[in-house]
Amino acid sequence: MTSSLLIKDLQVSVDNKLILKGLNLEVKQGEIHAIMGPNGSGKSTMAYALAGHPKYEVEGGEVWMDGINLLELAPDERAKMGLFLAFQYPTAIPGISMANFLRTAVNAVKSDSSNGNGKKGIPIVQFRKILNEKMDLLKIDKSFARRYLNEGFSGGEKKRAEILQLALLEPKFAILDETDSGLDIDALKVVSEGVNALVGPDRGFIVITHYQRILNYIKPHFVHVMYDGQVVESGGPELATRLEVTGYDELVKEKAK
Amino acid sequence: MSETFNVNLDEYKYGFSVPENYAFKARKGLDEDIVREISWMKKEPEWMTAYRLRGYRHFMERPMPRWGGRGMLGGIDFSDIYYYIKPTDAEKAFESWDDVPEDIKNTFDRLGIPEAEQKFLSGVGAQYESEVIYHSIIEDLEKKGVLFLDMDAGLREYPDLVKEYFTTVIPPEDNKFAALNTAVWSGGSFIYVPPGVHIDLPLQAYFRINAQNMGQFERTLIIVDEGAYVHYVEGCTAPTYSTNSLHSAVVEIIVKEGARCRYSTIQNWSHNVYNLVTKRAQAYRNATMEWVDGNLGSKLTMKYPAVWLMEEGAHGEVLSIAFAGKNQVQDAGGKMVHAAPNTSSVITSKSISKGGGRTTYRGLVKVAPNAENSKSNVVCDALILDEESASDTFPYIEIENQNVSIGHEASVSKVSEEQLFYLMSRGIPEDQAANMIVSGFIEPIVKELPMEYALEMNRLIEMEMEGSVG
Repeated sequence: MTSSLLIKDLQVSVDNKLILKGLNLEVKQGEIHAIMGPNGSGKSTMAYALAGHPKYEVEGGEVWMDGINLLELAPDERAKMGLFLAFQYPTAIPGISMANFLRTAVNAVKSDSSNGNGKKGIPIVQFRKILNEKMDLLKIDKSFARRYLNEGFSGGEKKRAEILQLALLEPKFAILDETDSGLDIDALKVVSEGVNALVGPDRGFIVITHYQRILNYIKPHFVHVMYDGQVVESGGPELATRLEVTGYDELVKEKAK
Repeated sequence: MSETFNVNLDEYKYGFSVPENYAFKARKGLDEDIVREISWMKKEPEWMTAYRLRGYRHFMERPMPRWGGRGMLGGIDFSDIYYYIKPTDAEKAFESWDDVPEDIKNTFDRLGIPEAEQKFLSGVGAQYESEVIYHSIIEDLEKKGVLFLDMDAGLREYPDLVKEYFTTVIPPEDNKFAALNTAVWSGGSFIYVPPGVHIDLPLQAYFRINAQNMGQFERTLIIVDEGAYVHYVEGCTAPTYSTNSLHSAVVEIIVKEGARCRYSTIQNWSHNVYNLVTKRAQAYRNATMEWVDGNLGSKLTMKYPAVWLMEEGAHGEVLSIAFAGKNQVQDAGGKMVHAAPNTSSVITSKSISKGGGRTTYRGLVKVAPNAENSKSNVVCDALILDEESASDTFPYIEIENQNVSIGHEASVSKVSEEQLFYLMSRGIPEDQAANMIVSGFIEPIVKELPMEYALEMNRLIEMEMEGSVG
């Protein structure tokens, strides 16, 4: 059965300021949705609120996946449900190796406490093999696994590390929060190829971006424009192309009429 | 479970005790008669009795330190402590676990000592109350002339060697608790490593208190001769009682020219033990002394492992980890005294406090007028896990030579919401995420430990962290 991620009338505030003002969106597995919009329109707020960041206060609305309102779950439980957020600014955690972190995360997300062997998790040899495959896919050097999580990573390395996590955790729905920001064209290509390799009928994507550029590599089925905490326009890929020409101002003015 | 919030005493895995069945238990309290009686029972030479009495007199005269204990030192009732308990009537430590009385052997089995001995140690000493009840060293090292005995046996069998070094690093009048130790010491390790001998696997001593209101005062003397190497590891635990126990050890180390000594401690006393320890090493020409000091347990720990850099090229290091939970104070750090030119030292301290615990880094870097071109670097980082907990830093620096390089960095941080959220967004539950952040924080020090101890350290931290969030 195909799952969907259904966002209904989501209202979210940060530091007592209402940012999302009734956001509606439905993403089905197998679909790629691009979310575009000017700075401050609430794109990243949506991403953080969906993942459950404690600073993002939900004032109203629901987010349904597989019959469960995600907003009632802690961030780790949302991840276990199959939601993934690729951060725009991943946090560094000194002293924790990438390999250790990735294995812990994979075991946490994929362990099924009902089958009895959930505690043991994936055998280390098997994990190594999968990790190596995914790192090859993303053209990540093997030494990466021994480095501390995001510590001293360049912008491109951080983004690749996020996509590596996506590849290993195999979520049902992935949100990419401005994954293209800070990437040069070569890095963008590698990252996009990595993402494209993960596109499939079992996975839905929300690709948040300020620019149309990444959409040349990751082809969306739907494009939505956010403005002032709401989706103000939805369409097909052509909407992104149109925006590239007219800019957000034009569209917003049009809407205001 | 997480509602109990902190490290509560029930979670301390080593808090069990066994019934008392002792060969001799001195009456409670301390006076000159008890000091003489201990020395008499041990059939010690007169010079040792004289040291004990010197220590006793100084202990009685010396006021309690006014610093470091956060008012907790006043809670020690010296008249309510047993200063000497002889667990068995054996004249010396057993050399086979089969000979160790059943209940004592069971205790050490539960602590995993015989197992560790077989797997990765060169030798083991096990102290129970006041006496070392088991001691062994692999034959190969014995043949090379390595001495690894309990301190009482060392004094009996090598009195001249002991006399040559005893109290030369830490005199009886050094401080109140070193004086107390000198008066009533019993047990501890005596190690001599002959020139050029490199001991690959660590020697370990394990200290166990079982009785209530017990005072344990082991005394350790390590002499590493020219070009030799040894890694000595100590561990310690005690049952959880509602009354207090006292552990006051003295460790003296002499590291001769070109030699290297590493001394690792994983201190995990139950939370009713006052742990007031004096540890000091002298490092000679091109020698290296390293203290790896992990303090997890106890009610109050005051411990500042020191290295006196006596001759050119000597190097000293202290790696200190302290963890303070509810009602715990860890006042720890290190001291480096540069007494010769071209000496170098590094102090790295990491402390974690939670549930109202207090950690203090207290350290001294002293450079003598003649210590040209000396280098010292001190880095202390504190991680505070909640609003109730706190950390302080007291870095004392006394420099009497201008041509030196001294660095000091200190940081205090909290487990950040961003780090927790990041890990949780990958499916890792909050308590496990907090554990990971803490173990990452101490990783630079833990990786210096032998694998088995690194695992042990991580496991202990995880246990202390249980229920720390939420």
